Amino acid sequence: MNLVLMVWRQENARAQGHMQRIEAKDVSPDMSFLEMLDVVNEGLTEAGQSPIAFDHDCREGICGSCGVVINGVPHGPQPGTTTCQLHMRHFRDGQVIVIEPFRARAFPVIRDLMVDRSAFDRVIAAGGFITSPTGSAPDGNAMLVSKHAADTAMEAAACIGCGACVAACPNASAMLFVGAKVSHLGLLPQGQPERWSRVHAMVAAMDAEGFGGCTNFLECAAVCPKNVSSDFIGRLNRDLIGAVFLARPRVASNDAG
Amino acid sequence: MFGLIPFFRSTIGKKVLMAVSGFFLFAFCVEHVTGALLFLRGPDAINGYGRLLHYSAALIWFFRAGLLTSAVVHVTFATLLYFQEFGARPVGYQNRRYLRSSYAARTMKYSGPFLLGFVIFHLAHLTWGYNVVPGPFIEGDIYANMLNGFRTGWVALVYLGAVSLLGLHLLHGAHSMFESLGLRHRRIESLLFGFARVATVVISVGLALAPAAVFFRIIGG
Repeated sequence: MNLVLMVWRQENARAQGHMQRIEAKDVSPDMSFLEMLDVVNEGLTEAGQSPIAFDHDCREGICGSCGVVINGVPHGPQPGTTTCQLHMRHFRDGQVIVIEPFRARAFPVIRDLMVDRSAFDRVIAAGGFITSPTGSAPDGNAMLVSKHAADTAMEAAACIGCGACVAACPNASAMLFVGAKVSHLGLLPQGQPERWSRVHAMVAAMDAEGFGGCTNFLECAAVCPKNVSSDFIGRLNRDLIGAVFLARPRVASNDAG
Repeated sequence: MFGLIPFFRSTIGKKVLMAVSGFFLFAFCVEHVTGALLFLRGPDAINGYGRLLHYSAALIWFFRAGLLTSAVVHVTFATLLYFQEFGARPVGYQNRRYLRSSYAARTMKYSGPFLLGFVIFHLAHLTWGYNVVPGPFIEGDIYANMLNGFRTGWVALVYLGAVSLLGLHLLHGAHSMFESLGLRHRRIESLLFGFARVATVVISVGLALAPAAVFFRIIGG
């Protein structure tokens, strides 16, 4: 199949970007989207042009590195799929495909389709430590977790931190990401000791990065490649409201408590 | 969060204030429908309702203060959040497709300012009695003032347009306010959406009946 790509090209973080029209010929429908870009890049390199820069790593949908906006939807038209797991059979011969980087102030473009998502790393780091016993391995089942809590925490932990939620949100809000990260520890007994100070710190970090607010559009959950539920946004709201009353500073003052 | 001030500085806290102030404004809309519907029962009904509201100066100013506070909080934090969200994506997309969000949700930031403008016009017309519409204003005769106003075609159309915009605003706002308070879960989602739809129809149709009845000369023909 032959395709027409409209790709965002930008030399570096400070350069002015523009859309470039690139023809992709003889694309196999069995290729993944990234493999298609690889082939296009070979052609560009042979023609003496600079290849399209894009993020990728595992190419099996679990690392969260890849991610571009394809025809107006982060990770493209297939629900619950990362860009690397999206195959060209979902496109038509002769189709025009518009490829843009994730857009947010907190995700500055590094080059072409690559964006700097270290804002997410700083939000994670703000979450800090959990209190856990060290030394010998704990006895199995010494700490009981209900099936429901385990499943829900697992659902939250499925977030790969790709940033599609931010890219899809009309406000560029990171609430789904932060909600998932706050919830997967907040649901488990191991996460309880720092639960309230953690949500406080992570929301403060989220705001400091310049993400927008949640207006309950639900575009985030609709594009999430791991189908992380918007229920975790509700949980984040509830936890932060709870933290108003329950959070304590991480380092105790030198009084009796 | 160590205290309420940092909480209300956070994005989530601002949204909580939007939700709570929005809830009070929503509750007023429900109450306002009863008043508007009494217009259809004639002058005695609605003028009597007006006298009832003014029965105690302390009580009416208590409610007015609450409403004014809600409106100021709602508008202030909407503006703050608007600029935060505006700054959160300096470079937009060339091509954008929406999957889940409703038209109502995406136009909240536009329907809101229009509604604020209308509320000022509405107060000037029927509460302050300024000459914003043709004809005289009679203090205390709510029925005559409404009838006189709506008899002018453009006034009735402004009111009908405004209640349609209010409906659009509530279609999203009447469930979003609960969600911003953390009441978001797949088990109650359809309940909240259903509530918003019913509330939207009741409020916008209820408020539209009086201007529509005069516009089509069913009343005061």
